[in-house]
Amino acid sequence: MLTVNHLIFLSAILFSIGAVGVLVRRNPLIMFMSIELMLNAVNLAFVAFARYLQNLDGQVFVFLILTVAAAEVAVGLAIIVALFRQRETIDVDEASILKG
Amino acid sequence: MELAIFYLFASIAIVAALGMVVLRNAVHSALSLAVVFVALAALYVLLNAPFIAAAQVMIYAGAILILFVFVIMLLSPRVDQGAGALKWQRPLAALCGLVFAVELAIVAASALLPTERGPFTPERLAEIGDVQAVGALLFTDFLLPFEITSLLLLVAMVGVIVLAKKR
Repeated sequence: MLTVNHLIFLSAILFSIGAVGVLVRRNPLIMFMSIELMLNAVNLAFVAFARYLQNLDGQVFVFLILTVAAAEVAVGLAIIVALFRQRETIDVDEASILKG
Repeated sequence: MELAIFYLFASIAIVAALGMVVLRNAVHSALSLAVVFVALAALYVLLNAPFIAAAQVMIYAGAILILFVFVIMLLSPRVDQGAGALKWQRPLAALCGLVFAVELAIVAASALLPTERGPFTPERLAEIGDVQAVGALLFTDFLLPFEITSLLLLVAMVGVIVLAKKR
């Protein structure tokens, strides 16, 4: 029997992998992908609870998170492209000065 | 049967997620992330959420990942050198991640879940349809958040144009 705990454990594992990804990688594109992975883990938890509680509010929240993720990725990638134009590198350690 | 499908897709998702973090080449990471998205979409189907599964494949695997691949192609970043600024950063990060995962698991295992259930039993969902039920909620109870997301997308679009415009 598939319980809500199975899904929450999977969600916790995926979220932790995403957090480690943000910490260990210095490429902002991959850090961004790790953030997307963390958002996906949260989505999985929402859908799992929506099924457990037999209430669809969780699925509506996932829909809203999808929209926010799309907007966030568009703006974030535009910032990375602008950073690359400015400095010819996208290593995050090189981009520690706020004022270009 | 349900549990076997869950373990299959859960292991695919975890292995692909680890691959995304570990692989050196950014394109390989993006492809691993696509595998994670599709495995999670399969789990959403298992959880009686076909609308979310379809949206997941269309928006995450379709739109967001294509955007990532375009930017990787545009910037053609060198293969990640690996070594961060600090020598002990990686083992420390792995340790922190492990501690964090254990903490989350303990909290999840010891949480008291409410016993009160909503009206959408699997039978009722099969009767009225998942997409219809979610759509009805979006246009009644969640109408204001739904409209605000359109404003959010507009703001994001304007922001991206301003950021990416040649000066």
